[in-house]
Amino acid sequence: MKIIVCVKQVPDAKDVRLDPKTNTLSREGVQAIMNPYDRHALEAAVRLKEQHGGTVTVLSMGPPQAEEMLREAVSCGADEAVLVSDRTFAGADTWATTYTLAMAIKKIDDFDLILCGKQAIDGDTAQVGPGLAERLDIPFVAYVRKITDCTNNIIRAERLMDDGYDLLEVPLPALFTVVKELNEPRIPSLKGKMRAKKIEITRLTAVDIEANPELLGLKGSTTQVVKVFSPEMKGARAMLAGTVDEQVAKLYEKLLPLL
Amino acid sequence: MDYFLSEEQQMIVDVARQITDEMIIPQRSELDETEEYPREILTAIAKADLYGLYIPEEYGGLGGGCFEIVLALEQFARGCTGVATAFAASALGAYPIIISGSEELKQKYMPLIASGEKLAAFALTEANAGSDASGIQTTAILDGDEWVLNGTKQWITNAGEAQIYTVIAITDKSKGPRGATMFVVEDTDPGFSYGVKEKKLGIRCSSTRELIFKDCRIPKDRVIGRIGMGFITVMKTLDQSRPGIAILGVGLGQGALDEAVVYAKQRVQFGKPIISFQAVQHILADMAIQVEAGRALVYSAAKHIDAHKNDMSKASSMCKVFATDMAMKVTIDAVQVLAGYGYMRDYPVEKMMRDAKILQIYEGTNQIQRNVIGQELNKEYTRSS
Repeated sequence: MKIIVCVKQVPDAKDVRLDPKTNTLSREGVQAIMNPYDRHALEAAVRLKEQHGGTVTVLSMGPPQAEEMLREAVSCGADEAVLVSDRTFAGADTWATTYTLAMAIKKIDDFDLILCGKQAIDGDTAQVGPGLAERLDIPFVAYVRKITDCTNNIIRAERLMDDGYDLLEVPLPALFTVVKELNEPRIPSLKGKMRAKKIEITRLTAVDIEANPELLGLKGSTTQVVKVFSPEMKGARAMLAGTVDEQVAKLYEKLLPLL
Repeated sequence: MDYFLSEEQQMIVDVARQITDEMIIPQRSELDETEEYPREILTAIAKADLYGLYIPEEYGGLGGGCFEIVLALEQFARGCTGVATAFAASALGAYPIIISGSEELKQKYMPLIASGEKLAAFALTEANAGSDASGIQTTAILDGDEWVLNGTKQWITNAGEAQIYTVIAITDKSKGPRGATMFVVEDTDPGFSYGVKEKKLGIRCSSTRELIFKDCRIPKDRVIGRIGMGFITVMKTLDQSRPGIAILGVGLGQGALDEAVVYAKQRVQFGKPIISFQAVQHILADMAIQVEAGRALVYSAAKHIDAHKNDMSKASSMCKVFATDMAMKVTIDAVQVLAGYGYMRDYPVEKMMRDAKILQIYEGTNQIQRNVIGQELNKEYTRSS
């Protein structure tokens, strides 16, 4: 079984600071970690490999520093690591990111299952997993809390819902995004650390993945961030008086201009 | 202080530290309370490859020496000396096979111990054989193709949890010290059972029980080394393993120092954090000096042992005495710094103080260690004069 795990380097949530001028996350001097949900995806992949054989490839789109996180993933059991890195990727929203990752995965070509964390703790969009599945045109399951079994190219998984779970049966190849209830990620092993130190990380650029430059980075992004601000807590309120009918009428009048 | 570890040695420290911080420290208080064997933690240690640290590569280990296992044990003991003891006990049980065992025994048992799939334990002590190992009464008699063991071993660490036991028994009483032999006993051997679990002052999550041999029959080829060489194997084993106990004192002392300094910085009395008072500062300073001195001695002794296999006893005993006496003193001081709070189970230092005591007792009391050092000095100065 060939599994690709998409991982993202994010600032450590214990140490979040905002740039006071731009209101964006300040990444300077902040410890970078592997997105916590991606850890669970990696652990699931390594366990599937231990049960069924195969390989685990970790894939990240990010700056050259993300190599450190990929090495950590190797120390936790990944076999191969691929970093898609190019200046033209800068400013990518989830639309451009899924395009870039999809092109990289098409380059890697051979896979049965793609696992991602349900969302990254910095952007919190939860869009990259489903977007990527759409671009690759493969089945997608969100919020996977348990992978029950995998035989004859059919994988069964439980999807966490508000009021229980759904049991789904999906043909491979497929893409899952996972929740933290899925497993307890392992601590890196000594042999893993030694391997991680030596492993050659595959670096792919925009040219390598044969991407259309128009669709990359800020240029290829449909989301443009105009302004980032903390909403002011005004706490303004108004009490409506009168009978219930009168109150409803007054409320209707107030709401109407807002529509 | 920087001890200029190699990259590989630093990795050992990092892996062991992560296990300690993420698993051992959060669980230690409950493990102490329930006296439950820390299986989940030991499984994580096995998965992290640390059971194979000191085992040669040809038997599935990582080929490290005394120094490498010391680095891992130091971290574990910083978290919990009970967990560290449970881990170290397997190495103590494995050393006799590594030191004196036949190629067949090594091939058979070492890969299992290196992977952590099976745990080992070492069985020397008996009711009448503690510091005086010549008081051993367990016997082994050859009957056809089998050895038949009879007797009871006492206070055996990992008893009931391990699957592989290295046991010393008398094979020829008339030969005195040359009449004892070491054997491998497996948990499934007929006639082998365990006594009740002991209730201890400290290191409560480690298992301490009797081994009972009642016409316990084992195959002839389970002899470790040559017949009659059991005591020599025991002495070499203990020389090799003692720095592992010494470093538990260093790790434990470091853990106590960490707790004491953190507390002294936040505890306010007379309007100031108590760390601003010289009376407290001096206690902390003395603790720090002793922990660092202990670490320096144990590291040096471990490196000496890795380089000089035929001259281990004095270095091994010296570091054991110094670092474990240090741990007792430093943990008592930590309780003093935390005072009333330190005496309560809400803080970890009272457990650390209880855990420290055993270090001065097991694997040879500190009085016996001083005998060894004294005898070695006598020999050295006789040779040089």
